[in-house]
Amino acid sequence: MAKTIEEINEKIRQGKAVVVTAEEMIDIVREKGVEKAAREVDVVTTGTFGMMCSSGIYFNIGHTKPRIKLGGGKVYLNNVPAYAGYAAVDIFLGATALPEDDPRNRYYPGKFVYGGAHVIEELVSGKDILLTAITYGTDCYPRKTLSAYINIKDLNEAVLFNVRNAYQNYNVAVNLSNKTIYTYLGMLRPNLGNANYSSAGQLSPLLNDPFYKTIGIGTRIFLGGGIGYIVWHGTQHDPSVIRGENGVPRRGAGTIAVIGDLKQMSPKWLKGASIIGYGVSLSVGIGVPIPVLDEEIAFYTSVKDEEIYAPVVDYSKAYPEREPEVIAEVNYKELRSGEIEILGKKVPTNSLSSYAKAREIANILKEWIKEGKFLLTKPSAPIPGPESGIKFKPFSGRELKEEVGSK
Amino acid sequence: MRTERVVLHFPKHLADKPVIVNLVRKFDLDFNILKATITPDEEGVMVLEITGEEENFQKGIKYLKDLDVKIQPLSQDVIWDEEKCTHCSYCVNYCPTKALQRDKETYLVKFDPQKCTTCGICVDICPYKAMEIRLIV
Repeated sequence: MAKTIEEINEKIRQGKAVVVTAEEMIDIVREKGVEKAAREVDVVTTGTFGMMCSSGIYFNIGHTKPRIKLGGGKVYLNNVPAYAGYAAVDIFLGATALPEDDPRNRYYPGKFVYGGAHVIEELVSGKDILLTAITYGTDCYPRKTLSAYINIKDLNEAVLFNVRNAYQNYNVAVNLSNKTIYTYLGMLRPNLGNANYSSAGQLSPLLNDPFYKTIGIGTRIFLGGGIGYIVWHGTQHDPSVIRGENGVPRRGAGTIAVIGDLKQMSPKWLKGASIIGYGVSLSVGIGVPIPVLDEEIAFYTSVKDEEIYAPVVDYSKAYPEREPEVIAEVNYKELRSGEIEILGKKVPTNSLSSYAKAREIANILKEWIKEGKFLLTKPSAPIPGPESGIKFKPFSGRELKEEVGSK
Repeated sequence: MRTERVVLHFPKHLADKPVIVNLVRKFDLDFNILKATITPDEEGVMVLEITGEEENFQKGIKYLKDLDVKIQPLSQDVIWDEEKCTHCSYCVNYCPTKALQRDKETYLVKFDPQKCTTCGICVDICPYKAMEIRLIV
């Protein structure tokens, strides 16, 4: 018997909804079967916490006296450059932005001690942030410079907006070369010294709804400790990758773009991260509720780590050169055990996403729903699945190549 | 028998004197040097694992203190900031002495300062700066 989101919301309002985490759903389906689980369970909560580079915030600082037009000028937040090309006093700050005097990788591997993500974390913590700006004057906006401390509580809208988060599966990075390399998946020791991964596997939102049957535009979610929404499919959304018999993608596949009120969020779930030799990123906590509308959804939400396979990719050559080679496939149970076997060698594994935090998020969302504080939403439009034919395309710009020796 | 990991801070005037060797000669203590550096002020900082009978251990420590060597347990100098730690466990397999470990059930990371040799790899790689070593006071 199929359920509707309205029926589940009515149960949530009455405090009668059965809400379980994606981990708990595994045992329920194993013990009771898909049919009974679909009848008994109303909502499965998922969670993930890890570095999500494509994150940023925008906010409006209000109008100074006399007025200033930051658009067209230069703006810095704690010396980190921000984007003000929208209008007069709207500012966008990206997580990966770096101060102009950061040595970057000049002294390799760079430390990247402070960047946009750290400013975001401090702003969310309630700390004052130094805004400095230089711009041009106009008749209506005569002021040319601004240097002031701003605080989140005094801002007008302060919004987290992430263009690509909660990746549905991801690469396991290894290094086949004979020197240490520094990647966004961490430090990789030479000669298959270690294998790094970043996914909450069986707890991860899009791995519990592999064909995006319940997750869509307008889905209300846990975002950075507050309530947010899915607003679009994320950039690099790639639903047409190969999948297992259970429908679960075996490569990095779907992504979501998310938005939410920064003022509700907490530094516990939005953390600046410095990745040695690579750069700065923001770690974001996301939790998505999945309404168990029918047996099919019950089946998908019972996916286990051992049923989710990730590709192992060499980040010393295949990845940077964009060669398609996948060395092997390993499942998340193996990855989470701390050791996998690749090319006949036992290789220690390191996780960059926090399974403990993913579990905490799934449990927080579960409590919110059980307490009636969080109702589910019916998506207003789906995010594109494999039927859309969308494939992530490689760069196809026409490069201008300098002619060498033409004169 | 007692085994302790300690941080020794040598004042400038001891820089050219044989000191540690006397732990063996006079007090029958074993030692393992885990780290040794000289600061820009020519003070020496050494991380040492000392093993020996309790009585000898106490005598050895007194000998060092009488020479003006400042002694701290290693645990005071290696700081794991649990507030900053996200328990991603990225550090765990890089830690050569398993001072950083992940609980198999809870997936929470734990730090045992007694196992730490202050190699500093966790300090370099932790994205959240949750590990800190303050060897110089």
